[in-house]
Amino acid sequence: MKRGFWILAVVIVLFLPWVGNNYFIRLATIMMLYCVLALSWNFIGGLTGYPSFATAAFFGLGAYAGGVAQGQGIRMYIAWIIGAALAALFATGLGLAILRLRGHYFAIASLVVADVLREIVNSTTNLTGGGMGLNLPILKLGVDAQAKLFYYCMFAIALLTLFTAAYVMRRPLGFGLGCIKQNEDAANIIGINATIYKTIAFGLSAVFVGGAGAFYASWVSYIEPGDVFDILFSIKPIVMVLLGKTGTLSGPILGAIVFLVLEELVWRNFLTFHAGVLGLIVVFLILYLPDGMLAIQYRRWFAWRKS
Amino acid sequence: MLYLQVLINGLVLGGLYACIAAGFSLVWGVLNVINILHGTFIVIGSYAAYFAYVYFGIHPLFSIPIAALILFFIGYALQSGFINKVVAAPVLTTLTLTFGLDLFLNNLLIVAFKADYRKVTLENPLGVLSLSGITVPVDRLAAMGLALLLTGLLFWVLDASRVGRAIVAVRMDREAAALMGVKVRKIYALTFAIGAVMAGAAGSLISLIYPISPLNSGMFLGKAFIICVLGGLGSVSGAMVGGLALGVLESFGALAFGPEHAVTLSFIILILFLLFRPTGIMGKRGYE
Repeated sequence: MKRGFWILAVVIVLFLPWVGNNYFIRLATIMMLYCVLALSWNFIGGLTGYPSFATAAFFGLGAYAGGVAQGQGIRMYIAWIIGAALAALFATGLGLAILRLRGHYFAIASLVVADVLREIVNSTTNLTGGGMGLNLPILKLGVDAQAKLFYYCMFAIALLTLFTAAYVMRRPLGFGLGCIKQNEDAANIIGINATIYKTIAFGLSAVFVGGAGAFYASWVSYIEPGDVFDILFSIKPIVMVLLGKTGTLSGPILGAIVFLVLEELVWRNFLTFHAGVLGLIVVFLILYLPDGMLAIQYRRWFAWRKS
Repeated sequence: MLYLQVLINGLVLGGLYACIAAGFSLVWGVLNVINILHGTFIVIGSYAAYFAYVYFGIHPLFSIPIAALILFFIGYALQSGFINKVVAAPVLTTLTLTFGLDLFLNNLLIVAFKADYRKVTLENPLGVLSLSGITVPVDRLAAMGLALLLTGLLFWVLDASRVGRAIVAVRMDREAAALMGVKVRKIYALTFAIGAVMAGAAGSLISLIYPISPLNSGMFLGKAFIICVLGGLGSVSGAMVGGLALGVLESFGALAFGPEHAVTLSFIILILFLLFRPTGIMGKRGYE
């Protein structure tokens, strides 16, 4: 039954672009992007229990790597792979340094990374265009065809992320990460090499985000540092995963979808107060729904109604 | 001579940094909460000073009580209304909560005051102090002196007053303090309010030097964090040493590498300290 549900979901997603206009396809693409971000953060934040705020850094790095690569005449798909690879490499190096930190120290160290990268991008004007931003070559395709192409590509990236997450969670790696989450010292004692496990988790949380960043650059065909290194790219995935349920497979996906719906229905209407409403939702979520929607005991509601 | 001038500039800046970080460090140490709101608190303090100057002609050095009062209430309300509910929760929870509150408050500021940069332009500046080729504006010097004085005052409050000792007791051992009759939740709220007051005071003083905009809050927050790591977490003297150290480092860093690399430089220092000397320059923890 569970498998049937997943297959149904995939079929629906495959045919989504044929039922709506381009605005709808765009929304669906953003939904896939959010799924990638949420599932990726779940590797380090949900499974390993390290509060990473580095998603924006990986996203921006991927976007700029892909953007610069495409500017040099490299093909779009290769540029995405370059973005993903560079983000993963960067995360591995960074992880070796900051994953030794725990708790608050790790959180803030990861938070600052996006600022640093933004500053570097801003100051290397020759390569990245600095604060002027970077224009990417535009595809020679019709608008409709382009929208569908990007949608399916994003869907493929999301699917890849999902399969990787499912694979990791069933393997010793996932088990080890769970041990680290519960008690890192104990995990070390039973023979889990916590440093390597954590670094792999951090790299996994970067690779697809980097790819998605490079994708985003091609998709919108203009990027600038303030846009792709936006701190909201770090916050949103966390909110999505918390909204669903941390450490699960369906939690981040559910969270991403609900988040997008909320975004479209609620705070799209607050043009100048967008971030403020997001903040309110975060506060509400933390205070009243700390374990996410999947943790709600829906059956209890119905039982109460019957009696 | 140039180096001496740079050193003086760094120390003047560092005094203000100490004031920025003292409240942040207090909240972190006592509540074990990273207060993402701290930067926004500083901006609110700056706005209080700005409007006090524009409408009533009060010099920013004297508008500190106004800013402090406003922020005391904001801080107390936020802590007792929201943060106290999750104060013992894991890092991710408390951090995300203060992040959410910050998104809201900062956005409120942008809507209320616009994101434009404003500046307190003094009509009668106090002039410039010149001594054998080294020049320092007197206003800045006074701001630095006042910042260090306030930081010292916080040290005294924690060291000698009844409330201060209660705060220290809660930090050392929450359960034991509760057994001794300390109202832990009230102390938490009070501590957070004091942290906000320090931020507001720092904001008033900073309005003399930095332009004022809600967009600056992230920068202040980053500095507060780095100072805490540099000086050692959770002690006022650590914040003082860390603040002065960061001020001097930034000044010389700007001279050596150019001011556009300030964030990168501080980040590298931050990582090095976290890895090799996590207890900071002072090498001890706590308010003991």
